[in-house]
Amino acid sequence: MTLLEIDALTVELPGAARPVLDAVTLRLAAGEVVGLVGESGSGKSVTARSALGLLPARARVTGRVLVEGRDLVGADAARLREVRTGVASMVFQDPRAGINPVRRIGDFLTEPLRLTKGWSRREAEARALELLAAVGLPDPPRHLRQYPHQLSGGMLQRVMIAGALAGEPRLLLCDEPTTALDVSTQAEILALLGGLQRARGLGMLLITHDIELAAASCDRVYVMYAGRIVEQAPAAELFGSPRHPYTRGLLGSTPPLTGPLERLRPVPGAPMSLAESAPGCAFAARCTFAEPGRCDHSAPELLPLTAAPDRSAACFRVAELPNPAVTEARP
Amino acid sequence: MTALLEVSHLRKTYGATTAVDGVSFSLPPGGALGLVGESGSGKTTTARMLVGLERPDSGTIRVLGEAPAATLRGRTARLARAKAVQMVFQDPYLSLDGRLTVGSTLDGVLRLHGCHDRATRASRVRELLAQVGLGEREAAALPRHLSGGQRQRAAIARALAVEPAVLVLDEAVSALDVSVQAQVLNVLTDIRREAGIGLVFVSHDLAVVRYVCDEALVLLRGRPVEHRPIADLLDDPGHPYTRLLLDSVPRPGWDPETIARRRREVHLAGQGDRFLREL
Ligand SMILES: Nc1ncnc2c1ncn2[C@@H]1O[C@H](COP(=O)(O)OP(=O)(O)OP(=O)(O)O)[C@@H](O)[C@H]1O
Ligand code: SF4
Ligand SMILES: [Mg+2]
Repeated sequence: MTLLEIDALTVELPGAARPVLDAVTLRLAAGEVVGLVGESGSGKSVTARSALGLLPARARVTGRVLVEGRDLVGADAARLREVRTGVASMVFQDPRAGINPVRRIGDFLTEPLRLTKGWSRREAEARALELLAAVGLPDPPRHLRQYPHQLSGGMLQRVMIAGALAGEPRLLLCDEPTTALDVSTQAEILALLGGLQRARGLGMLLITHDIELAAASCDRVYVMYAGRIVEQAPAAELFGSPRHPYTRGLLGSTPPLTGPLERLRPVPGAPMSLAESAPGCAFAARCTFAEPGRCDHSAPELLPLTAAPDRSAACFRVAELPNPAVTEARP
Repeated sequence: MTALLEVSHLRKTYGATTAVDGVSFSLPPGGALGLVGESGSGKTTTARMLVGLERPDSGTIRVLGEAPAATLRGRTARLARAKAVQMVFQDPYLSLDGRLTVGSTLDGVLRLHGCHDRATRASRVRELLAQVGLGEREAAALPRHLSGGQRQRAAIARALAVEPAVLVLDEAVSALDVSVQAQVLNVLTDIRREAGIGLVFVSHDLAVVRYVCDEALVLLRGRPVEHRPIADLLDDPGHPYTRLLLDSVPRPGWDPETIARRRREVHLAGQGDRFLREL
């Protein structure tokens, strides 16, 4: 049974011109690290939250979200609780926003255990100490009594990760877990997440807008644009030879740290907001390869590439496009 | 040629904390200096002193060869100085008025700086917007009706309106999506080359600093640890902290475990104790 299987998930909000998610299909196996990249508003967080059965209020939802085979779309409270307390959990971008500033770290960690598992204070505290040690914090007994403001951003993110591990999940959803942190702290948190993922055989969904970070940390990566998955590939291949014009655009917009320094080729225009829609490919207005009459009628489906069946792209012209120049420019 | 900025031995403390200590550099016409370091390393404090938002405890800032600000006499001289160095913040709303269209904001800035002819102002507004890749539609829009990248470009146009010698950008592109960030980065390299405007560019992103700047100054706990041409610095970092920052940038084959260990070593070796507490 696949750990996470999102199948043609479409989420529509009243008043929006296009769906927030449009037929999103994504798979994540046990022990796999899968990246989800894309720009602000592309639907990454909505996708991740769907794996906890959290969908925007008032949304019209079709499709399925299967977590270890249980469908969370329209699921009852008992099933949602079962998944959220024992199968899947989430690490958010900003630990300061995710942890109540006026409660002690100990309360943050022990309360869910006492509420969901009915543990005593002693039992919950013993477990919290284990968790704080597991995320590499130096002095667990002291941290239990500390308040969030007494910890640095990096330490607090470790606390958030400890909280996410409390229910012994098999699926960890990480929504920009390091975006609020310094680069070297980012490395520490990713080292921690990678270590935990391997030691516990976790499936991990890593959301980031940093395509290089996804390439460096994931087995496989999905690229989202305007609520749709536009490309999926093993990380190394996605980075070395992006096929979808949007993925190419992302790489052409990212200044390289090494190698020749050419003028960046930004994608013109701006990402499509929820107030805009397009009859055909959502990327057509910004795409240098768009072909009138072909790209502006219907939306391209996400299909396996003939030349590489483990990759897929949603672009009418993907088979005929030249191999991207970024490949040569990058190590 | 006179340097745009001549900065020597800046120092700023807040109570017991030394935010910046011993920062010196000189910025030639059209030059671009990157200020690099972790949060709390003193980048923003330095930037704010350059534009006069903070007063250094000691040290001097000479703009276009003029006397340091503290010794300037008279309103005109101080105004000239304030004009010469402009700041672009991470949040473009800090430099735009949310109630005014982008066009009227620019028009107001031009009027304030002594351009009294309406037609001249209108054509200058068009010119400024064109310089950052914006047009009529954006001129007529309120900031909240623009995308993040358009808003940041409008903020840059506003800073350019007073014809500054230097732009100080504090993480001005960090919050932008990469496809949009690239548009703004190209605008910056163009105004440097075409107008000879100097840039002081604060960023935690070394690849972006490499793209925009000639030189980089690395700050650790308020002190400069390395100041070199960015290409040399990236090729062969001279200080263990610079090496750590460089290795921390994700790339294929990246090993976050080693970086985490080295980070502990660097900070343990350092005299500061803030990091000891953080680990
Ligand atoms: N509960 C909600 N109600 C209404 N709109 C929502 C809700 N949640 C998300 N949206 C909208 O759906 C779109 C996708 O949002 P989402 O948060 O998934 O983007 P994202 O890819 O995570 O972006 P970012 O990189 O900025 O985090 C956005 O336009 C957002 O404003
Ligand atoms: S379908 Fe057409 S518009 Fe869309 S990405 Fe492919 S070429 Fe571009
Ligand atoms: Mg998000």
